[in-house]
Amino acid sequence: MTHISPSSRRGFLKASAALGAFTLAIQAPFIEEAAGQTAPAAAAIPPEVNAWVVVKADDTVVIRIARSEMGQGTLTGLAQLVAEELDCDWAKVTTEYPTPTDNLRRNRVWGDMSTGGSRGIRASHDYVRRGGAAAKIMLVQAAAEAWKVPAAELTVNKGTISHAKTNRRTTYGKVAVAAAAITPPAAASITLKDPKDWKIAGKPLPRLDTRDKVNGKQVYGADLKLPGMLNAAIKDCPVFGGKVRSFNAAAAMAKPGVKKVVQVGESAIAVVADTWWQAKTGLDAVEILWDEGPNARIQQADIDAMVAEGLTATQAFIGNKAGDMAGAMAKAASKVEATYSFPFQNHATMEPMNATAVWTAEKCEVWCPTQNGDAALAAAAAASGHRAQQCEVHKIHLGGGFGRRGWHDYVTQAVQIAKQMPGVPVKLLWSREEDMLHGRFHPITQCKLTAGLDADGKLEALHIRISGQSIVAGIAPNLLENGLDSRVFQGLAQGGNEFTFGYGVPNLLVDHAMRNPHVPPGFWRGVNLNQNAVYIECFIDEVARAAGKDALEFRRALLAGAPKQLAVLNAVADKGGWGKPAPAGHHRGLAAIMGYGSYVAACAEVSVSRAGEVKVHKITAATDPGHAVNPQQIAAQVEGSFVYGLGAAFYQECTVKDGRMEQENFDTYQALRMDEMPAVESIVMPSGGFWGGVGEPTIAVAAPAVLNAIFAATGKRVRRLPLRHTDLKH
Amino acid sequence: MTKLHVNGRVHDVQVDPDTPLLWVIREQLGMTGTKYGCGIAQCGACTVQIDGQAVRSCALPVSAVTPTQKITTIEGLSANSAHPLQQAWVALDVPQCGYCQSGMLMAAATLLASNPKPTEAEIRENITNICRCGTYNRVIAGIKRAADATARRG
Ligand code: FES
Ligand code: FES
Repeated sequence: MTHISPSSRRGFLKASAALGAFTLAIQAPFIEEAAGQTAPAAAAIPPEVNAWVVVKADDTVVIRIARSEMGQGTLTGLAQLVAEELDCDWAKVTTEYPTPTDNLRRNRVWGDMSTGGSRGIRASHDYVRRGGAAAKIMLVQAAAEAWKVPAAELTVNKGTISHAKTNRRTTYGKVAVAAAAITPPAAASITLKDPKDWKIAGKPLPRLDTRDKVNGKQVYGADLKLPGMLNAAIKDCPVFGGKVRSFNAAAAMAKPGVKKVVQVGESAIAVVADTWWQAKTGLDAVEILWDEGPNARIQQADIDAMVAEGLTATQAFIGNKAGDMAGAMAKAASKVEATYSFPFQNHATMEPMNATAVWTAEKCEVWCPTQNGDAALAAAAAASGHRAQQCEVHKIHLGGGFGRRGWHDYVTQAVQIAKQMPGVPVKLLWSREEDMLHGRFHPITQCKLTAGLDADGKLEALHIRISGQSIVAGIAPNLLENGLDSRVFQGLAQGGNEFTFGYGVPNLLVDHAMRNPHVPPGFWRGVNLNQNAVYIECFIDEVARAAGKDALEFRRALLAGAPKQLAVLNAVADKGGWGKPAPAGHHRGLAAIMGYGSYVAACAEVSVSRAGEVKVHKITAATDPGHAVNPQQIAAQVEGSFVYGLGAAFYQECTVKDGRMEQENFDTYQALRMDEMPAVESIVMPSGGFWGGVGEPTIAVAAPAVLNAIFAATGKRVRRLPLRHTDLKH
Repeated sequence: MTKLHVNGRVHDVQVDPDTPLLWVIREQLGMTGTKYGCGIAQCGACTVQIDGQAVRSCALPVSAVTPTQKITTIEGLSANSAHPLQQAWVALDVPQCGYCQSGMLMAAATLLASNPKPTEAEIRENITNICRCGTYNRVIAGIKRAADATARRG
């Protein structure tokens, strides 16, 4: 990956790019500034056919990737889509990231750089494919003009252009310079390939970014080296909202290698030293007196009580409604009621937060792993005191993102530190402890579900009351709709969106009592779909049992109006052996949901020892993402989703004591490890006609499928997560 | 001044003797393939071999390593990624973000060196490194594939 220079060629794809993704317009104050900007007139060498495609003389094709690669495979998938339409030789494809500043200079020709919400592919497939197709048209046109033959008579195979009548051939690399000068075709004139004709997209191709990850060569943000660079370690007030009252740097300054001790913003102290280990050792020696503020009195029990109160509050935002829930509930022959809870969780990316910055009075330059280059640039600009055009952000490969790296507090801090040492590059790396204490936490919620059944055990009425934290209220309150956060209802939402509630219940009410504690929330891979799937999919199991029905049959009856959700459920039931005898002591559980535009289901097979030890033996998972751009990468995402989802279900919880988080490292915040990893059979079943995401939805079915199987094994319902709180002795 | 034998070469390093080996490797020797994940011997991202044994280098002061002990990092696992594990990793697309994979590979290489044909249960018991992206099943498949390839070659 290299950073590219701006070129005089303005993007023809601007309009289609703008149609692309729904972006959370947070931390992006510079967007208006871009209007009226003209790009500098520098010729790009090697020739840029258009914003997405550069072809070198040796026929190497460089495909530009605007989204971030954090392990989820989007880089390869997006390159496949461009290469498919371009008809180039896949063996000669490489990639590069345009910088966010290039995007700004060129009127956002690459569209949205944010990489979250499983949108990387589904929100940009159209314009990146058009980019590839347009480049092909221009390359072919260049050959046609050189040969003075109609372009329509030319054919392309793997980057070789042929004219059969005159038996002539050339390659993309030979005509690229001429192609770059051709007027781009109108977007409307481009016809994209029918996915059934795909030869590169849709295929289980190996990733483009594997080789350097097996020999230590891949450079992550934490590995960056710049000439003259110093290293910084930081400690932010552990109590959220607290500040630095005073600090004494004398002991730290006496430590070897320590160059400077600085206050960062109102709430943090950083030590800058020759090496990071020296900076960390120095930081431990700084005496800091915190002004912890009123939050220091808050305990986890206070937060739990605040959230619990919302379960029965009279005021709540309505997220989904059908019929007359209250009326039908009053008439129900029998009722089932249960309350569930879901904790704060930290993303715990394997690579802790970090960013490198160098600041001068004229310019600010930042290197960072980010899920949103545009927002990283905005954060850098805001902290630097410069205009965005004076700042440059270089995106570096991420050691995991999971939603955490869409929030750029670490970029802000790095720039604030660098600003106090003009001209010196400073790399800020958080310790794991800092990373755990200053996450953007998965929101805390509880949920009370009430079902009303008729005399035949048919589900007539359902009330789902969610109480708890809103991520949007915490990070972008301007996006609330009259106070309502629609994202709270992921998986339980009204029809027609990407989180549609699949079950047909004639009298339904899903509502949310917003209760926001002082802990800063964030988008945590899977987001609100995770707990909502636990709530609905475990509860449906409870209701089925109360109605005396099989969990699969009960769901099937409710999914008549959601055929795609039904199809994935049927697929896992079938392949997972539902209804057939399981190995001795093994029990099964099901879950299915729609999220991020995809349909996912899981059938888990577990055993629980008499002492209560759970073993997940096998999970059968199905995904219908509409179109599958790289089936083997989807399988990898599905496998990884069970690690992430089961680690959360079994162990992960951050708890508040005296206003701060108690868990500081992997000893108290356990991750799922290999000995606990079940076999995963992944069924990728794209049904076509839509584009769904794959990085997140499957996480949501991991926990409920396993919890339902645990109930089958033990007769015990786990309603409080993580499940280590529940004694499963039986 | 301390002498360290790393990847077949002796390096002179000038560093506080309490500095963990991880940071000496990363910052004094400039080899950044070995990663920091936790600093408390929990995650395995910092795994290197010392005289063939897998060691979590974040929790080992450099003063505990003698100049004659042979340290191998991911950079020294093979020339040109030729180790059967590295080849298996590429063939199976094991890494996702890749950050944990240096440590995974060093732990796996240590296992195969003492147990060339581990059972799945042995692999699961032996490799305790954390991967947040969730590559465990492919890591298991990769180790088996490398073991098979080595066995075939004899
Ligand atoms: S960094 Fe050494 S075990 Fe985690
Ligand atoms: S591949 Fe990302 S942590 Fe293992």
